[in-house]
Amino acid sequence: MRFVFKTSYNQDIQLFRDKVDMGWYLALAAAVIAVPFLLSDYYVGETAWVFIYGLCGVSLMTLVGYTGLVSLGHAAFLGIGAYAHAYFLQRGIPWIGSVVLAVFITTVCGFVVGLPALRMSGIYLSIATLAFSVIIQEVFSRWEAVTNGFKGMPVAPPVIFGISFADAREFYFLCLFFLVVALWATRNLLRAPTGRAWIAIRDSEVAAQSMGVNLALYKSMAFAYSAGLMGLAGALFAHKIAYLAPDIFTILLSIQMLLLVIVGGLGSLHGAVLGAIFVALLPPIIAILRDGMPATFSELSQSTGIGLFHIVGDALGNFLKKPGVEAGIFGLILVLTILLEPLGMYGRWVKIRVFFSTFPLYKADSFKRQKSYMKTERLR
Amino acid sequence: MSLFAAEQIAINFGGIKAVDGVTFSIEKGEVFTIIGPNGAGKTTIFNLMSRIYDPTAGRLMFEGKDITHVPPHRIAGLGIARTFQNIELFEHATLLQNLLLARHAHKKSDFLSELLFLPSVRRLEIEHREAVEKVIDFLDLQQYRDSFIVNLPYGVRKVTELARALCTNPKLLLLDEPSSGLNVEETEDMAFWIQDIKNLLGITVLMVEHDMTLVSAVSDRVLALNYGRPLATGTPREVQSHPEVMRAYLGG
Repeated sequence: MRFVFKTSYNQDIQLFRDKVDMGWYLALAAAVIAVPFLLSDYYVGETAWVFIYGLCGVSLMTLVGYTGLVSLGHAAFLGIGAYAHAYFLQRGIPWIGSVVLAVFITTVCGFVVGLPALRMSGIYLSIATLAFSVIIQEVFSRWEAVTNGFKGMPVAPPVIFGISFADAREFYFLCLFFLVVALWATRNLLRAPTGRAWIAIRDSEVAAQSMGVNLALYKSMAFAYSAGLMGLAGALFAHKIAYLAPDIFTILLSIQMLLLVIVGGLGSLHGAVLGAIFVALLPPIIAILRDGMPATFSELSQSTGIGLFHIVGDALGNFLKKPGVEAGIFGLILVLTILLEPLGMYGRWVKIRVFFSTFPLYKADSFKRQKSYMKTERLR
Repeated sequence: MSLFAAEQIAINFGGIKAVDGVTFSIEKGEVFTIIGPNGAGKTTIFNLMSRIYDPTAGRLMFEGKDITHVPPHRIAGLGIARTFQNIELFEHATLLQNLLLARHAHKKSDFLSELLFLPSVRRLEIEHREAVEKVIDFLDLQQYRDSFIVNLPYGVRKVTELARALCTNPKLLLLDEPSSGLNVEETEDMAFWIQDIKNLLGITVLMVEHDMTLVSAVSDRVLALNYGRPLATGTPREVQSHPEVMRAYLGG
């Protein structure tokens, strides 16, 4: 067990708890920088997805995890960012300018969508954002002058100040850079009055208001900030998939992002990144299992002489090839998370960390959830 | 001039007159208590004062200014802070974060400098922290500083509500049933704190309370309400022996 002896208020404000903590993050940074030099291009490309989803996760985490406003329409913001960026690039606007414009447009859209959030909450807000996302998807398919409709829109690889970021490794670092900036900026907001106001709105609107929080302003700000980050993610997303079509930005994508923050752990930025690892890497893992399983099992059956392995391997391989299996597995994991670990992957990680830091003295009941019998108006 | 004055305030919910023409004024530096049976309109008056409800009629004056139409989030900045009868803390935040949020009315930093966490933001944060630490010392909450509210017992939550209201640097403190759910010892502590708040910090207190021992111990003046109408105003002793008040409580 490690105790931090606090001697100044700055210790509660700084990004890292202490030197040891900082050491761990430096080690993580070193590992992340080493990845592209150790793995093949395919895996580097998949890891870049983790960063893009991480951006989406940070975006949705500020809104759902910290401000308590649930949006079912965030794929629309991703789409607006992606299309805006692609459009401005086609018009010959330099990369940085194009990204700034895309982020600006999504921020404005987020602000506008945030306006009804002042009057709605819970399920009604989710439905409103869902409607918004359906409308935006329709706009993508109909507004052919800008989006090229269902014919699709090619996106050129990023070139920033004449430097090309076309290859997987370069693009990896580009995405990593933006994720780190987004995490840093969001963390800054969360340790400042704005982030505290968001958390206050999440936990008790009436109390937040009496303490001087302008609910309308801070809810719109949360929406705008979240949408802006989504726009940034959208710009990178556009490059990553290289070809935009309206049917990418469906409600399924929105749900996948919501799944990301819930499985990652609501109310923590770590959760956003952990959730992104899960959402981005599950499909390739399923693909690898699907393609590799029959071969592995048939080898096993030959070496052991048990024919059953061969049959099991084929069956698993065939099962994973069925359409909808991926969605099914996502759903199953979501249900299991809510049932078994409501705090998500980050909650589990905290438990593991506490287990090791208190090793022989760990009590299984340390994290037992207490029933609270206090009734407040808010619990309804 | 009195610190706060309510002039003939009234509010109707449909056909129910929850508050019906109540007038009172609170002098600077006193503890003013509103008592009354359940449903008398005590908490409604609080909600009118913190502008959660709009009065149907009447005026609210604070330091000589009309605050009847001030938006609710400006009230804390003017110097009126409140606690809630059913605790309304930010449960999934630490006690420290709860208290720091109460400094929101004194927020000086803007969004962009917070995004970059400029040195000015850090300086302001430390100023807020210093203000909060004074309240933590005042109410002996040091050991709970980093605990999440969900994990704290009821009594501590109640004190945290008081602490959070004090962190806004109020001139007028509204306490909605500060002793509800507390045991005898905790209620005594609460009485001492209310006296200290009045004498040491010089904050005027308006309180809604059922516990008559606490009311008699700390109040300078008491207003008794029933069915949204004032029955009597005076010292605790005068009000308690007022025939109308006795009838409201005991029937007859």
